[in-house]
Amino acid sequence: MKRDKRAFSAQHGAMTTHLVAGALRFFSGAMARWQGCGPEFGQRVYFANHTSNLDGPVLWASLPPPLRRLTRMVAAKDYWDAGHLRRKLACDVFNALLIERRKPTPECNPLNDMVSALGEHHSLIIFPEGGRQASSEPQPFKPGLFHLAKKRPDVALVPVWIENLNRILPKGEILPVPVLGSVTFGAPIRLEENESKLDFLERARAAVMALRQS
Amino acid sequence: MKTLSDPALLRLVAGTAILLVTASLAGYLLARRATSDAARLTVANLNARTRAWWMMVAVFVLALCVGPVGTAVMFGLSSFMALREFITLTPTKPGDHRTLFWVFFIITPLHYYFLAARWYGMFVILIPVYAFLLVPMRSALAGDCERFLERTSKIQWGLMVCVYCISYAPAILLLLTIPGHEGQNAKLLFWFVTVVEMSDVLQYVWGKTCGRRKIAPTVSPGKTWEGFIGGGLTTIGLGAALWWATPFSPLHAAGMAAIVVLMGFAGGLVMSAIKRDRGVKDWGHAIAGHGGFMDRMDSLAFAAPVFFHVTRYYYGA
Repeated sequence: MKRDKRAFSAQHGAMTTHLVAGALRFFSGAMARWQGCGPEFGQRVYFANHTSNLDGPVLWASLPPPLRRLTRMVAAKDYWDAGHLRRKLACDVFNALLIERRKPTPECNPLNDMVSALGEHHSLIIFPEGGRQASSEPQPFKPGLFHLAKKRPDVALVPVWIENLNRILPKGEILPVPVLGSVTFGAPIRLEENESKLDFLERARAAVMALRQS
Repeated sequence: MKTLSDPALLRLVAGTAILLVTASLAGYLLARRATSDAARLTVANLNARTRAWWMMVAVFVLALCVGPVGTAVMFGLSSFMALREFITLTPTKPGDHRTLFWVFFIITPLHYYFLAARWYGMFVILIPVYAFLLVPMRSALAGDCERFLERTSKIQWGLMVCVYCISYAPAILLLLTIPGHEGQNAKLLFWFVTVVEMSDVLQYVWGKTCGRRKIAPTVSPGKTWEGFIGGGLTTIGLGAALWWATPFSPLHAAGMAAIVVLMGFAGGLVMSAIKRDRGVKDWGHAIAGHGGFMDRMDSLAFAAPVFFHVTRYYYGA
């Protein structure tokens, strides 16, 4: 009896996830453009520019379902853990990895969480700028991506450009405007041998910006 | 379902279905014959277009069957999607955010509400007068002056083309009163949409098969004199042949079809100039093979208001 209930709830959860992903794609009008790579299996870290709270959910929703199940977005705990609905969405639907946005300490370093979340099969969505930006150019990347690349050199790093989501729901607004967004996936990059932290982070940022439509 | 009890409308729908079956069969045969990669791509696009036509015709006929309100809702949603594509390609600023919320969620539905309620006066002035004044007011309150006139003009232009002009097509059904032709406007709307879209299709076909001299190479390289004249004359012939669905005589039907062809052509050209300026080929990707909603509605947006007012002036009560 108990098992039935759990099976039902799992099915229920999968359906909700499907509906939420469909609704996100419909309302953001976001089309996934796979430019530099295809939607393939294999562990990946998708790293993208960040201008709206919709970025993570829409990127997640634009992945095909089998990949979506194995991909976790890394998101700020202070935003997604506030309020019942947000927490439920973050944990049960997006399967988000919530991290503190404080300066990392040895006890509480989000990098360790990310590495263990990757595990054997999972992929991650991260926003290396650290927070949402209002400017048209992405800010310099924070070093997390570099450390992740160093710890897990086997994981492909896929640059992603997210367009227009800041026009749908800009920082500080509650009511959305239905502009059409898009999500462009570029060719994966890897950390080169002897590449310095700054060089790598600048190259990663350039890879994201290169996907921008003129 | 009352709409389809009119035998003339039934004939129009049946004719369209026969045309689509023919197009699908031709596409199937062409796909089997295509040998080179380029030819295969062209035929694949052609078949995607035909499939989308089936869908669009089905939705349109269904809306007509539901009745005037169903038709208003269908065109209202199309306007919404077209405006969405238009604003996406228009660089607006964060200061326009709340103005755009008004435009999408209040002005557009209100305009279609007045249409469904058959309130002619408000239908005609809401966007050119009230929205025209409201849009800059709301943007000024947001406090961003940079390129202010340009931003407000673009939003107003989007409203005019995507909402106001397109809504004149369902207005044929809802707001025209033609003495001696009462209750038969569904046929007239069907005739109008058929002529607009066949004009596009026939100009494309004539242009592809024997187009040489380009009309405006910098704006729309696909538009040729051969396509325009051949497709236009064929469409006028078709419009005249279908005169029995309209309140017009065969000669007048030909004249009206000529107006629709000319305005539709102008619409395609103008919307093409905007796309070219923004550096895109299509307005969106909502309709497979065709592009966005606006790619299919551009001719209609320009032809509908003129067709409506000319008909109203000469035939209206």
